[in-house]
Amino acid sequence: MSGISDITELKRICSQVRRDIIRMTHGAQSGHPGGSLGCTEFFVALYFNLLQHNPRKFSIDGINEDIFILSNGHISPVWYSVLSRSGYFNTKEMSTFRKINSRLQGHPATHEGLPGIRVATGSLGQGLSVAMGAALSKKLNHDDKLVYCLCGDGEMEEGQIWEAVMFGGAKKVDNIIVTVDVNGQQIDGKIEDVMPYGELKPKFESFGWKVLEMNGNDIAEVLETLDKAKSLTGKKQAIAIMMKTEMGHGVDFMRNNFKWHGVAPNDEQAKTALSQLEETLGDY
Amino acid sequence: MAKKFTVIDKKDTRSGFGAGLLELGKTNPNVVALCADLGGSLKMDAFQKEFPERFIQCGVAEANMMGIAAGLTIGGKIPYTGTFANFSTGRVYDQIRQSIAYSHKNVKICASHAGITLGEDGATHQILEDIGLMRMLPGMVVINPCDFNQTKAATIAIAKHVGPVYLRFGRPVVPNFTSPEQTFEIGKSIMFNEGKDVTIFCTGHLVWKSLEACEALAEKGIEAEVINIHTIKPIDETAIIRSARKTGCIVTAEEHQVNGGLGDAVAHVLSKNFPVPIEFVGVKDSFGESGKPEELMKKYGLDSPDIISAVELVMARKRTELAAF
Repeated sequence: MSGISDITELKRICSQVRRDIIRMTHGAQSGHPGGSLGCTEFFVALYFNLLQHNPRKFSIDGINEDIFILSNGHISPVWYSVLSRSGYFNTKEMSTFRKINSRLQGHPATHEGLPGIRVATGSLGQGLSVAMGAALSKKLNHDDKLVYCLCGDGEMEEGQIWEAVMFGGAKKVDNIIVTVDVNGQQIDGKIEDVMPYGELKPKFESFGWKVLEMNGNDIAEVLETLDKAKSLTGKKQAIAIMMKTEMGHGVDFMRNNFKWHGVAPNDEQAKTALSQLEETLGDY
Repeated sequence: MAKKFTVIDKKDTRSGFGAGLLELGKTNPNVVALCADLGGSLKMDAFQKEFPERFIQCGVAEANMMGIAAGLTIGGKIPYTGTFANFSTGRVYDQIRQSIAYSHKNVKICASHAGITLGEDGATHQILEDIGLMRMLPGMVVINPCDFNQTKAATIAIAKHVGPVYLRFGRPVVPNFTSPEQTFEIGKSIMFNEGKDVTIFCTGHLVWKSLEACEALAEKGIEAEVINIHTIKPIDETAIIRSARKTGCIVTAEEHQVNGGLGDAVAHVLSKNFPVPIEFVGVKDSFGESGKPEELMKKYGLDSPDIISAVELVMARKRTELAAF
């Protein structure tokens, strides 16, 4: 599929994706709206502009396609929305999110065969290692497409993340672009209160990574930075993007508040939230 | 009883893995090997030398190695991870559970230095719970070969199985007695000796011990059937039930906790299908300790005299329990 680069059009998609997130979590009365809303621009840029992929002919192996792995699997609502809105499965299926007999599990899984998912994630810290392996597989296959991975900043507290960061730097895995959602929040509170681990950028750099930064809620800046990151691949250096976002972005009462990490809106809250988000592509 | 099995030579089963891996490297270009700073101990050096581009040194970071292995399957690679059994299972259980088993990844988890025969390093490294941990995971195949030749054959065979496999082998030099020409069939037990009085179901290093016990029992007039259950999951139910019907009493023998291992798996099959008295040779809910492998096998009740005692006990139970009916 050809990428959309019109900013107005991408913003319209973002609005609909945010509606999907609110409606899915409200419908399930569970799920993680905060991080999903914060990462909406990133996912829309990835799935509607950047990725070279075949949504209607999904294969786990993804040969000659770009691959995306969501390491912080709990923000599944935003992923399910862009997957379905970009053609991986029917948008109606979003109504089954977190319900019995659904392919849209609470955390992403391959077990039910949902197109677009290549590994189960949710138990934190594991997806980055899997993305490293997928990148090595592409190299062995002489496949010049890329592997993209998103992690959370709370997830950076997992030890396995640093094993993978060490590996990516040491082995110069240069066909991967890892983005970290830096929203400063985790379930129990602000990162600076729970585990103030300091700046991420110098940590990655000390392991030999090239690190970019961007405002993840500015779609134009996201496009520009992802393009730049892509231009830096293949240069014997792993690439990371520290993406500053606002948890709950787009819904005023959810903004920048860790309490919306993993809580679903009730009827009234959902109504208020939806009134702030234009229906642009039609609700599922 | 004539000696049915003679020792070809003495070798460590981990070298069987190394030999199998090298052969696979030559025949299957998708096979990739990963290690976590124990490539030498796992005898992966020959593969590394021959196929450096398909050998991934992960450093002392087993969790990341398991994730990388899962990722390599995306694109069709067949990764073989190699480290000690302790670090292949308990240390990385959640990585295996989520990234490999639940995700249906075609990863071969190859685990050396399993059990108490790891020896002098002591209980920190002597995992005796790994079969139990791995057989609980849905879809996981669990294999514990008995000698060099069987380990080599199993290493080659599991490449053809699509799905996660746990292959468990060991450090010590032990009798190598199965055929170098064998074809390894996942899930298919091997009848090593036919008998009528008792069945010994055995796996791993305890298979040779069971054959030793079998010969000693024959001198006492006891005809023991010895069946090698190299695949603990999926287990050969048909063979287990058939033999239990024939002999009416069972001994299981494994270098593992009696909880969770081969004995539990056999008891599960028989309690549902044909309940008979069973005695369990294995480690009895304790950790190991430092020592020479043979000393430890004796101290922890894993030697051939322990199998003989278990046979005598279970045969006595068969007589009294049948009389009680």
